[in-house]
Amino acid sequence: MFLSTVITMLAAARTVSLPGGAVSASAPALDWGGAMPFLLLTGTALGTLALDLVVGGRGRFWLTATGLGGLAITGLTLVRGFGAPEAVVGGMLVLDDFARFFHVVFLCIAALTILVAVEYVEQMGIPPGEFYAMILFAVLGMMVMASAADLIMVFLGLEALSIPLYILAGFLRRQVGSNESALKYLLLGAFASAFLLYGIALLYGAAGSTRLASVAAHLGDRGAWDNPLVYLGVGLLLVGLAFKVAAVPFHMWLPDVYEGAPTPITAFMIAGTKAAAFATLLRALGTALLPLPPEWTAPLWVLALLTMGLGNIAALTQQSIKRMLAYSSIGHAGYLLVAVVAGTSRGYSGILFYLVVYAFMNLGAFAVIIAVAAPGEERPALSSVAGLASRHPALAFCMAIFMFSLAGIPPTGGFVGKLYIFSAAMEANYVGLALIAVLCSVIAVFFYLRVVMVMYMEEPREGMPSPALSPGILFTLVLAMAVILQTGILPGTVWEVAVRAVERLLG
Amino acid sequence: MVPLWAYLFLSAFLFAVGVVGVATRRNALVIFMSIELMLNAVNLSFVAFARFLHSLDGQVFVFFVMTVAAAEVAVGLAIIIAIFRNAETVNVDEVHLLKG
Amino acid sequence: MIQYIWLVPAFPLVGVVINGLFGRSYLRERAHLVAVPAAGLSFLVALLIALEVVAGRTLDLHLYPWIVAGHFQVPIGFLVDPLATVMMLTVTFVGLLIHIYSIGYMHGDPGYPRFFVYMNLFMFSMLMLVLANNYLLMFLGWEGVGLCSYLLIGFWYEKKTATDAGNKAFLVNRVGDAGFLLGLFLLWTTCGTLQYAEVFARAAALPAPLTAPAVGGVSLVTWITLLLFIGAMGKSAQLPLYVWLPDAMEGPTPVSALIHAATMVTAGVYMVARSSPLYSLAPPTLELVATIGALTALFAATIACVQTDIKRVIAYSTISQLGYMFLGAGVGAYASGIFHLATHAFFKALLFLGAGAVIHALHGEQDLQRMGGLRRPLKLTAYTFLIGAAANAGVFPLAGFWSKDEILFAAFTTGHYGLWALGLAGAFLTAFYMTRLYCLTFEGPFRGDPAHARHLHDAPPSMALPLLVLALGSVVVGGLLGYPPEHGLVHQFLAPSLAAAPEAAGHASAGLLAGLSLGVAGAGIGAGTLLYLRWRDVPELLAARFQRAYRLLWHQYYVDEVYWDWIASPLMRLSAFLWRGFDVTIVDGAVDGVARLLELGSWRVRRLQTGVVFNYVLSILAGAVLLLGYLVLGR
Repeated sequence: MFLSTVITMLAAARTVSLPGGAVSASAPALDWGGAMPFLLLTGTALGTLALDLVVGGRGRFWLTATGLGGLAITGLTLVRGFGAPEAVVGGMLVLDDFARFFHVVFLCIAALTILVAVEYVEQMGIPPGEFYAMILFAVLGMMVMASAADLIMVFLGLEALSIPLYILAGFLRRQVGSNESALKYLLLGAFASAFLLYGIALLYGAAGSTRLASVAAHLGDRGAWDNPLVYLGVGLLLVGLAFKVAAVPFHMWLPDVYEGAPTPITAFMIAGTKAAAFATLLRALGTALLPLPPEWTAPLWVLALLTMGLGNIAALTQQSIKRMLAYSSIGHAGYLLVAVVAGTSRGYSGILFYLVVYAFMNLGAFAVIIAVAAPGEERPALSSVAGLASRHPALAFCMAIFMFSLAGIPPTGGFVGKLYIFSAAMEANYVGLALIAVLCSVIAVFFYLRVVMVMYMEEPREGMPSPALSPGILFTLVLAMAVILQTGILPGTVWEVAVRAVERLLG
Repeated sequence: MVPLWAYLFLSAFLFAVGVVGVATRRNALVIFMSIELMLNAVNLSFVAFARFLHSLDGQVFVFFVMTVAAAEVAVGLAIIIAIFRNAETVNVDEVHLLKG
Repeated sequence: MIQYIWLVPAFPLVGVVINGLFGRSYLRERAHLVAVPAAGLSFLVALLIALEVVAGRTLDLHLYPWIVAGHFQVPIGFLVDPLATVMMLTVTFVGLLIHIYSIGYMHGDPGYPRFFVYMNLFMFSMLMLVLANNYLLMFLGWEGVGLCSYLLIGFWYEKKTATDAGNKAFLVNRVGDAGFLLGLFLLWTTCGTLQYAEVFARAAALPAPLTAPAVGGVSLVTWITLLLFIGAMGKSAQLPLYVWLPDAMEGPTPVSALIHAATMVTAGVYMVARSSPLYSLAPPTLELVATIGALTALFAATIACVQTDIKRVIAYSTISQLGYMFLGAGVGAYASGIFHLATHAFFKALLFLGAGAVIHALHGEQDLQRMGGLRRPLKLTAYTFLIGAAANAGVFPLAGFWSKDEILFAAFTTGHYGLWALGLAGAFLTAFYMTRLYCLTFEGPFRGDPAHARHLHDAPPSMALPLLVLALGSVVVGGLLGYPPEHGLVHQFLAPSLAAAPEAAGHASAGLLAGLSLGVAGAGIGAGTLLYLRWRDVPELLAARFQRAYRLLWHQYYVDEVYWDWIASPLMRLSAFLWRGFDVTIVDGAVDGVARLLELGSWRVRRLQTGVVFNYVLSILAGAVLLLGYLVLGR
């Protein structure tokens, strides 16, 4: 959590890490410009915590404003810096366009999560200061993951993301569901981190350094891949990351954790964690591991296949809408893995594009769920949207668009994103995998459209609460709709940014 | 001098013991301790590599791992206490409200 | 100003959004306060831009990288050149007038805001169609106007005939669009781009590979242009795909004026003119275009002579005039075709709006046999209608004379004597049925419901203004732009956008030919006047005497019946068979089976998710062991 200190410390440690303990005279100057987004966000998170001590539960408005303001300022510095040359912070973090792209996505996700949660936090009696601060710390972790230039930072970012999420998942202390969600997440998450860490240790042993650049230099020699330290290390690293992206069979934690967590946090995890995990995966693959030796694509191919298939099939018969979306997020991870298998820069750009659309359509869908669910109902059934079209036509329309986008039906961003990803796979000659992906999306249409059908065809039941549209939820819905339609009808803008970000990453 | 492979072997052994612990024990606290064992097994590898590579990186890494582990333990104990209050058990196989 | 070209379609789009969001709940009877200014601003910007184009500026603007998928790159971009400018001005100006007219005509209709949403959406789509700088964006506009047309024909959706007509328009246009789309595919695979500039540059640089015999001994460019022309046949209601247009008259009259006379149906002509560099490389296609055009011109004119629904007569007249435009384009006189398109927009919109005023005054009566003698009560409507009819008939010096005469002249000088004769015969009939139409409506005694006769009132101001403006336009536009023939302003202006007209094959005196067509028009008018003003019982005698011919025309050559019996009905029987015999048992069975299988799989998979951490750990372990095992053993 005190990452800025950590960075400075590490930068200092670097300079003394010479063989035989020779100590060099001066530590390299910290690149303040590159560190600025991280420092700003750390400041915001700490500021929110401190403000919470001062104003307590009554300062709801100020806490929200501080959190959102900090996110906005951080976002602005990043957007202004887009296209600028990359900045390296103490050799540990790199702020290039790839990182900036993801940072902005994370910040948007956090801001929308806070906006969606404002009303929710009040209803559930959650202390807002801690809640927001945890979200901000988690975002800091995501940003570190996307920026990591060193395996230490991959690990630290992952943990800085996960630990606040363990807390957030269990924030409803009196609900067994929330407790269970947190416990499962913690146990399995820590278990998987241990694998990741072991992988890092082995790679360190093989390459002699934890810097991604040094690892890349070591792996550039094809012979190095025959060293068991290398292939076991990379394998364990992949296990850890596969856990985070919830690739089958490392996925089992996800439905339970997402269903039990407080609904805004589920939205945050679905949108944010996946993006962060893929950011790390792409950064690790792109800067250190590419091109993967041919025998590596086979396991990835299998992972993608299993993930797509299982996620979508298991979602078919779900009754809880949260759990359905959780399974569907596994399916989406599978589509993204298809592009990872393709391994081309077009595929990578497709992943970036898709993650943007994906984040917004999920946040939008969850905003609708929060608006529709009865207060205190943490695991709303599919029937909670029954007859929404007659109860609140605008809300039902938004939800229908989000579902269309998730299903990949034009003219939404979800369709264009799938098009980019699948066509990248086709171009890379993974025609079979692309076809399977298309088939899986056809299966997926079924359960997404079921939501639409329930909204439009079924009668509302007696005593259903009328949807509560707080300003935050309204804003989220409008923004999500705007992004989904923009990326669906005029995808060029986001696509070009994604292409440029990946160009920088792959050099 | 003890050779590198001996350290690595011990580390792998400890890691495996941790994994088996996670996979076989029911008590959340014991599972948690097993995970700590896994992390410390990795720490051993780091230190051994650092020693043989003459680089401080591995040593520094260990400090971070220990810090992170401590943070995880703090959060983990809080969660286990919370679940004990509600469900009156710390056995993970008795907590399966969420499934399917 | 020219770089702000995107404002022209943007204004109607804003109108769509505002009226779409707030029209029904908030604006209601005030919907025109948004829609009309939207059209007006669009026209204003178009006018300012047109002035710059006249001064010699053109622009190929890449606004936005729309679709970027590997080599397939299509921007959203606008091409502002003389051709686009003529179309843009026509669309925005006539569109604006018809928007104003609709305020009065649609007043009190429950769907008032909806109507303006569709109208603005139509303006937007049509402008995208004519301003696009690539074929795909044009196709988007093409489909957009088709959608609006479909929505507006079926605007009064409680009426079964209206929705049927909408469906018919939709289905027939699908046939054309399928051809158009195939043409685009072929164009893309041949040229590797859909940008006008690049396509035409390639066509100019590599005529040999394009024109060499390819599939079936026919060159690629001929295939492309043929397929594209199939789309034009559907959209511009040419033989044999014209059948939807007469039925489209079920829509509100302003719609008939704007979409089914002045603008949308001319999209096909525009497309051919826009693609003139391609068409000029494909003489066989051009011959076909000219032949279809001339045949349609005569064919539709004969039907128009006996119809008794005021709007149907004008609709057949539209089909006939569209035929003339294609005849012009087909003989290589693209500029004359576009010129006729522009003048036609004026006088045909005028005729429809006049007919609308008559229908409005008679409370929905459309049957010519129940009209008559309306000149006195509806003075303004009658005189403006007369101008429109005369312009359509090709009376000197009104608009229609100049443009139609040029087309016939071009057909003659390029050696298409047969087509020229067809056109000339059509011109005679045009003059005849226009006279008949005017006489039956406005002259003679009133034959309708006497109760209506006392309450007849002329058009309200919002409807009168467009009539006057269009009448003025129908008088002056032709001579202003078209004199001297073949070298008028419109020719000089359009020349840079179009492929050069072919060298004249024969020689002919322009004066002589013009005199001839004038004489023919005069004869038609004379015949019409005699039959419908002087000897009013003669038409019925004629109809009785030549009963078979009359009935053939009255039933519009039984084309609808033939289509129904030979195409629609067998298809429906086939699909019913497929549905019952194939779909229900085999396909549905398979789909249901797969669905049930998947559902079963879903439950199976869900049972794996036990909720117990222990199992989850095992799953992770199994995955890790498999992965690492593969890595250790697999190498």
